[in-house]
Amino acid sequence: MIKLLRLPQLSWRFIPVWHRNYLVWKKLAIPAILGNLADPMLYMLGLGYGLGSLLPDVGGMPYLTFLAAGTVAYSTMNAATFEVLYSSFSRMHVQRTWDAIMNAPLTLDDVMLGELTWAVSKSLLSGLAILAVIWGLGLYGSFWMTLWIIPVVALVGFCFGGMGLVMNAVSPSYDFFLYYFTLVITPMVLLCGVFFPVSQLPLPVQAVSAWLPLTHAIDLARPLVVGIVPDNIALHVAALLVYGSLGYVIALALTRRRLLK
Amino acid sequence: MLNVRGLTKKYGDTEVLRGLDLTVRRGECFGLLGPNGAGKTTTLRLLLGLIEPDSGSIELAGFSVPKHAREARMKVGVVPQMDNLDPDFSVRENLFAYGRYFGMKKSAIAARVPHLLEFAGLTNKADAQITQLSGGMKRRLTLARALVHDPDILFLDEPTTGLDPQARHLIWQGLRHLIADGKTIVLTTHFMDEAERLTDRLAILDHGCLVAEGAPRALIESHIEPVVVEVFGEGLADWTRHHAASLCQRFETVGETLFCYLDNADTVIDALKLAPTLRYLHRPSSLEDVFLKLTGRDLRD
Repeated sequence: MIKLLRLPQLSWRFIPVWHRNYLVWKKLAIPAILGNLADPMLYMLGLGYGLGSLLPDVGGMPYLTFLAAGTVAYSTMNAATFEVLYSSFSRMHVQRTWDAIMNAPLTLDDVMLGELTWAVSKSLLSGLAILAVIWGLGLYGSFWMTLWIIPVVALVGFCFGGMGLVMNAVSPSYDFFLYYFTLVITPMVLLCGVFFPVSQLPLPVQAVSAWLPLTHAIDLARPLVVGIVPDNIALHVAALLVYGSLGYVIALALTRRRLLK
Repeated sequence: MLNVRGLTKKYGDTEVLRGLDLTVRRGECFGLLGPNGAGKTTTLRLLLGLIEPDSGSIELAGFSVPKHAREARMKVGVVPQMDNLDPDFSVRENLFAYGRYFGMKKSAIAARVPHLLEFAGLTNKADAQITQLSGGMKRRLTLARALVHDPDILFLDEPTTGLDPQARHLIWQGLRHLIADGKTIVLTTHFMDEAERLTDRLAILDHGCLVAEGAPRALIESHIEPVVVEVFGEGLADWTRHHAASLCQRFETVGETLFCYLDNADTVIDALKLAPTLRYLHRPSSLEDVFLKLTGRDLRD
């Protein structure tokens, strides 16, 4: 394992892998977009209006705005996670597409970078769709400030893409991914301030929440929606980068052990 | 074209390769034979630089592997044992996608695709989905895909396993074309007739080392008597006890069949005519006899 853990050797050869995934996605783009985006949108608007009408301001803003900012991060997380779990797993394990690609002059590092950048692209799309709703409904404080949400979304996609690839590396079958959702993703949704402020949680739980990547994503996205500069930008960016990069490096080592033994 | 010296590879305590030496010359069709678990697929993966050897050196297409595996793989086309065509793409799109992995421009791939489709006999299936293809078609497409970047050398891992005779002959025909075009081919196979038909030279691998190497005919001549008589039927055990040692140069009993290895079968056949309950098959010895002699008859799993 120590021997396997090494710095990834990055090259531009990852681009055809990204391109391959893009071409396949393009064939079914319309249903894919609708499927990916309808769900978070329904939650956001349904809860935002329904619950929002019963609630006073939450976190200093109308509940719909509060929820919309959380949903940007949440939806991005989901898009990246689903892509590197189910879709990457199909390509790696079921279709053996990765094996075929590695007989060309690409390494596993290239293939997984292609998968990761593709996951970032998919999550950008999800994040942008929520952002479009935020713009459309005028839920923002400063339009220019909301443009910063775009790189934040890419960073969140990178973070959860890298983390998800670790699960992809160790999973024997699709069923295994349910553990990741039950034990990691769902608790994060509830602990990181998507639906309600983290400050409502007991103090020890807040301490845990502060370490979770989705918290850092939301701490960047929410102020940007409202139109203020987030606190501790460097910390949040660094946390997301570290989670994503560590995930990618560990996933690379585990996948190398799995495929290239 | 390929030069391997002292290659070793261990998985835990299992020595998969124990000092393998191989040389394949340009334009040659080279066969790598061996029972299951002999190390054939591991060898191919080492040659491609997908896994690293514990010791030994590999030079492939002028590049040292695994150090320059990327450059070497640019010169190599691979037909893997298990089909891994891209099911999300049509036949034509598979060729385009694969060309892109080699860094080819769209126009360069487009210039080669009609020829590749024709070679694979899939011109009128160009827009079919992979799931609509038969096993033979998939193999032919995998072969065409391996040629998209016009490699100098081809690695084929059991290229005809699981195909019906018609499909196998089509693959062989394609491979003979490639050999005629001057491509270097390295193939692994379980089919001795395939090795005998296609290869200029072959090596038999067992327990991680070469046990024989040479041209198919030369291997047969040097390792085994020219004629085989297989005897089976009622009373075989008695007949074997009384006659086998005196009539045969070498013999062995496998299950309910006696294999007699001979320079001349006449005396054995005369003797067998006096034993009406026995049946026999008289044939020239083949590569399979050499293979079984050298690697034994134990089942490998």
